[in-house]
Amino acid sequence: MQIAPPDFDRMFGALADHTRRDIVRRAIDSEEGVAELASHYPMSFAAVQKHVAILERAGLVTKHRIGRRKVVRTNVEGLRVARRLLDQYEELWRGRIDRMTQLVNEYTRETGQ
Amino acid sequence: MTVTAVHKDPHTLSMTLDAEFDASPERVWQLWSDPRQLERWWGPPTYPATFTKHDLKPGGRVEYHMTGPDGDQPHAYWEVQEVDPPHSLAVRDGFANDDGSPNTEMPMNEFRVTIEEVGGGRTRMSIVSTFPSTEAMEQLLALGMEGGLTQAVGQIDAILAEDTVSRPSRSKP
Repeated sequence: MQIAPPDFDRMFGALADHTRRDIVRRAIDSEEGVAELASHYPMSFAAVQKHVAILERAGLVTKHRIGRRKVVRTNVEGLRVARRLLDQYEELWRGRIDRMTQLVNEYTRETGQ
Repeated sequence: MTVTAVHKDPHTLSMTLDAEFDASPERVWQLWSDPRQLERWWGPPTYPATFTKHDLKPGGRVEYHMTGPDGDQPHAYWEVQEVDPPHSLAVRDGFANDDGSPNTEMPMNEFRVTIEEVGGGRTRMSIVSTFPSTEAMEQLLALGMEGGLTQAVGQIDAILAEDTVSRPSRSKP
């Protein structure tokens, strides 16, 4: 199965907001629609609907139909893929330090210092 | 393993990384002061860096670009704030347009390098990287900067941890 590469700008932009992170957490295990989700937050239905739309565009949640209801669910696999790639990014400075160490060691061998 | 400590502080929007080398401070300083050595470690093997200007003095500018596997060449630059060879260096790292002019739409990240002898022929190098605002951190985080990134990793971890805890309680038809 092919998994489309996640859009990181979108994904992190979406996760940068507290309410949206909370929606992602809730939607992992609940079967709530936008109206039910909205009842948890001190904001309008329209505002929550907007947050859900941002999460949906970022590929972090999807809407599923259950009977006549539409529920919001977190795309956990999408999160895992992002997490793995983020680990690689986190190694950026460690990679630099490793390369610096190699250079320093090469120099030591060449000069015998 | 030469990285001896990594500390991330979301309150001050900073990351501190300490590393130790079996070398003198002068030798470690060369890794920054010699552009040919700098380009051997700044970019990962898949995205090597080329430094086209390297004026390492206060108010000076360092210009570089990376070359990606598909031939893409993102440009960037440093604005040098402080230089005290072989002990310290402070720069503002920013993104540039293809002609080398600063891309003012992108946030900048500041980092300070401190190099000191710790005895036994070893030298400690500390990198303190700070971000001007949460917004800048979030924006840079999308581009793979370490500081903000780990915060996002933490958020995702928290979400996934919650998933593991709550999953068994889910009633399946």
